[in-house]
Amino acid sequence: MLREIGVGSIEELFQDIPEKLRHAQFKLPSPLSELVLKKELSQLASRNVSLDNYACFLGGGSYRHFIPGTVEHVIGRSEFYTAYTPYQAEVSQGTLQGTYEYQSLVCQLTGMEVSNAGMYDGSTAAAEAAIMACMITKRSKIAVSSTVNPTYRDVISTYVKARNFSIETVESNSSLSSDSACLVVQQPNFLGYLEEMEVHVQKAHDIGALFIAIVDPISLGMFRPPGHYGADIAVADGQALGNPTGFGGPGLGVFTCRQEYLRQMPGRIVGKTVDVEGKPGYVMTLVTREQYIRRERATSNICTSEALMALAAAVYLATLGRRGLRQVAELCYHKAHYAAEKIARLTGYSPVFSKPFFKEFAIRCPVAPSQINRGLFNEGIIGGLDISHIIENGMLLCVTEMNTRQEIDKLVEILGAV
Amino acid sequence: MIHHYLLAEISQPGKIGCSLPALDVPPTELPPTELLRQELELPEVSEVELVRYFTALSKLNYGVDTGFYPLGSCTMKYNPKWHEDIAKLAGFASIHPLQPEESVQGALQLMFELQEYLAEITGMNATSLVPIAGAHGEFTGLLLVKAYHQDRGDKARRKILLTDSSHGTNPASAVMCGFEAGVVASDSRGNVDMKSLESAMNEEVAALTLTMPTTLGLFDPQILEISQLVHERGGLLGADGANLNAFLGRVKFGELGYDYVQLNLHKTFSTPHGGGGPGSGPVCVKENLADFLPSPLVTRNNGRYKLVSPARSIGRIANFHGNFGVMCKAYAYIRSLGAEGLKEVSENAVLNANYLKEKLKPYYYLPYDRICMHEVVFSGRRQKAKGVHTVDIAKRLLDYGLHPPTVYFPLIVDEALMIEPTETESKQTLDAFVEAMKEIAKDVEGNPEILHTAPHNTPVRRLDDVRAARNPDLRWQMRS
Repeated sequence: MLREIGVGSIEELFQDIPEKLRHAQFKLPSPLSELVLKKELSQLASRNVSLDNYACFLGGGSYRHFIPGTVEHVIGRSEFYTAYTPYQAEVSQGTLQGTYEYQSLVCQLTGMEVSNAGMYDGSTAAAEAAIMACMITKRSKIAVSSTVNPTYRDVISTYVKARNFSIETVESNSSLSSDSACLVVQQPNFLGYLEEMEVHVQKAHDIGALFIAIVDPISLGMFRPPGHYGADIAVADGQALGNPTGFGGPGLGVFTCRQEYLRQMPGRIVGKTVDVEGKPGYVMTLVTREQYIRRERATSNICTSEALMALAAAVYLATLGRRGLRQVAELCYHKAHYAAEKIARLTGYSPVFSKPFFKEFAIRCPVAPSQINRGLFNEGIIGGLDISHIIENGMLLCVTEMNTRQEIDKLVEILGAV
Repeated sequence: MIHHYLLAEISQPGKIGCSLPALDVPPTELPPTELLRQELELPEVSEVELVRYFTALSKLNYGVDTGFYPLGSCTMKYNPKWHEDIAKLAGFASIHPLQPEESVQGALQLMFELQEYLAEITGMNATSLVPIAGAHGEFTGLLLVKAYHQDRGDKARRKILLTDSSHGTNPASAVMCGFEAGVVASDSRGNVDMKSLESAMNEEVAALTLTMPTTLGLFDPQILEISQLVHERGGLLGADGANLNAFLGRVKFGELGYDYVQLNLHKTFSTPHGGGGPGSGPVCVKENLADFLPSPLVTRNNGRYKLVSPARSIGRIANFHGNFGVMCKAYAYIRSLGAEGLKEVSENAVLNANYLKEKLKPYYYLPYDRICMHEVVFSGRRQKAKGVHTVDIAKRLLDYGLHPPTVYFPLIVDEALMIEPTETESKQTLDAFVEAMKEIAKDVEGNPEILHTAPHNTPVRRLDDVRAARNPDLRWQMRS
């Protein structure tokens, strides 16, 4: 090959690089074989406490739900996972049609009119939604409800401040300043209880602002979806839809909006069309919104995102279907309420809110939650999220279909013994 | 065979694709009906129907496991299978991001070591693994630039310079960070036009972002002068590291004078692309930017690993710690190759690209006829003169069972064909590609019609993009 190229050595191929920069030294561990490294990494993995071995009551934005076997087997097909972004549509119909299914299923689930092909995670989807609202309304102030997940608020803040927009936190009973571009509310909110979404929507629309809902996709198996209470943009973290908690990633950002805002929407979108013979097929469409065509005038810089996780979400939703998702949502609801009621009866514990909730709820503990969590951990239980910085001795517990009655009873027993 | 039906069309009431457990606690009264949804129109299919449906879809796809994928700037190398298994280990996949730190020391150790390896590989001081994809990393890099100048009280720097050959995410990211994008021209050899840089580089410029090698697949020998000029005038130098495969294990960005570089683990470090993600876009920085990195970083103290937020952090850019599953695969890649192995990667990547360049040069116009790095950019202008466009060449390659190169990028090359073979392809594969390209060049002369009507053997033929954009059909709807 060197002869064909007309050089005498590999070294000559690097001739454009200044000589003194061409021979950097690298301090890295010596290479290992598959056999040896696999063993080492298995040992490293076993130093982590896996939720397969511990009961888990931790949520706060990452959720442990049942993943049907179909999901891993479908996304484990290498025709899907070793493909690039479907620029060559003729040999990418699998990815493209799968994405069209994803967009359709997400619209059905959220009751929204259009969905993109997915974004990084729920928090960045919320941030991009806020920026989109500024573009649509030509305003530059973002109002975020005080009950939105604080991490989401931080990410929104990073994104909007970068663009020289401003962000303010609003209480649920306070009014909005009239120059707000949007109001962002989470349902159920970070503390677990359900917000009166119609009231918030009205408040936003009264001043000509858009309403952005952040939703829990599993809750939509039984609760009213954002499309039905008038959200203009609805986003969600899609991890719960068929993806493991995976130490926080890869996840998925679900992004949906009203039809009228389609051309301001960030992210990839797949559309159905026909080929030269009139046969149906799918392509990436409305690309003039995107960075590789529009450069600095694009709606976002997003390029590679979380396509495989969107496919997982599509397989998940289709596997469960109409009845299955409802059943999963109701299992979460009943088990969470069973746990909440039992904990409320314990001396020293009380529910923080008396509002309807889905699978997460806040309790006040008799002692610091960190102390309780240490005790739970020693008994093979990962306790709730410590929210004592928001509510004195507050803990946010999450119960899903993965938690058995036995686990819940044990949790209650240990809490009671504190 | 094209797949004509959709899930909604095979849905039948009562079917389900899995089984769920019965409720094992006493039920609670449901909330008021105004909070509940009345219907949930999701399809209902059995497990076998679902699996056959998606298996049929998968067969319409072309991946690296299917064949040669010389998509320039995307680095579509083979992904070792066992790396996938590592990411799926329960101790990595089935852990919660907010679990107590003492219960995830193994995961934090992996992240800490990966931060260190990437800093070493790029010649930088610190790494953030949080960015979820390349463009997200680019955005992060520019936020660091902004924070750096603000911290110094230098408020005039509102511009980011980039080259005319740069990727579209570069200007889009600049705007997302509240900057204006300014353009520096390339010269006739494909290098930065120093006069253009000289005149553009003023006190309003916050940074120059320069992909290295450039998106023309060429190493700019003036890099040290460029770096000196940018720094002398108070700016920073940032890299889109999409092309690191060109000098992996051989050259360090830090030694070239860069202040930060954004990597793509899903390109250089062999994690599969998933049809458009998950990716991972770590940012490696010099000391001057380290305090501004996004939260969280992993630190080590007395053998314990901790998540921390840097002193003057730009804040959070994502919900958790980044795409951990992708990090596991990249970690396995680096540990299985070591320093020598990484160097071999770039040697073979550059060898393969130059081999293709020489073999194809007689048939296609080569606008920059010099030694290339890991990829080579041809122009289809000779063929265009005969009425055949680059898109036709790309579509004809599909008939040969080959994935086409990147086309029409970079924008400064007319009818561009950007070919990146990667190091994982054999000479036989490269020769088969050359033969196909030769036959196509011959057909341009004798049988152009076969190019205009290509592809012929794919599940669908050329699709109507205009119709898709004019009458958007973006979803199915179920009829209740």
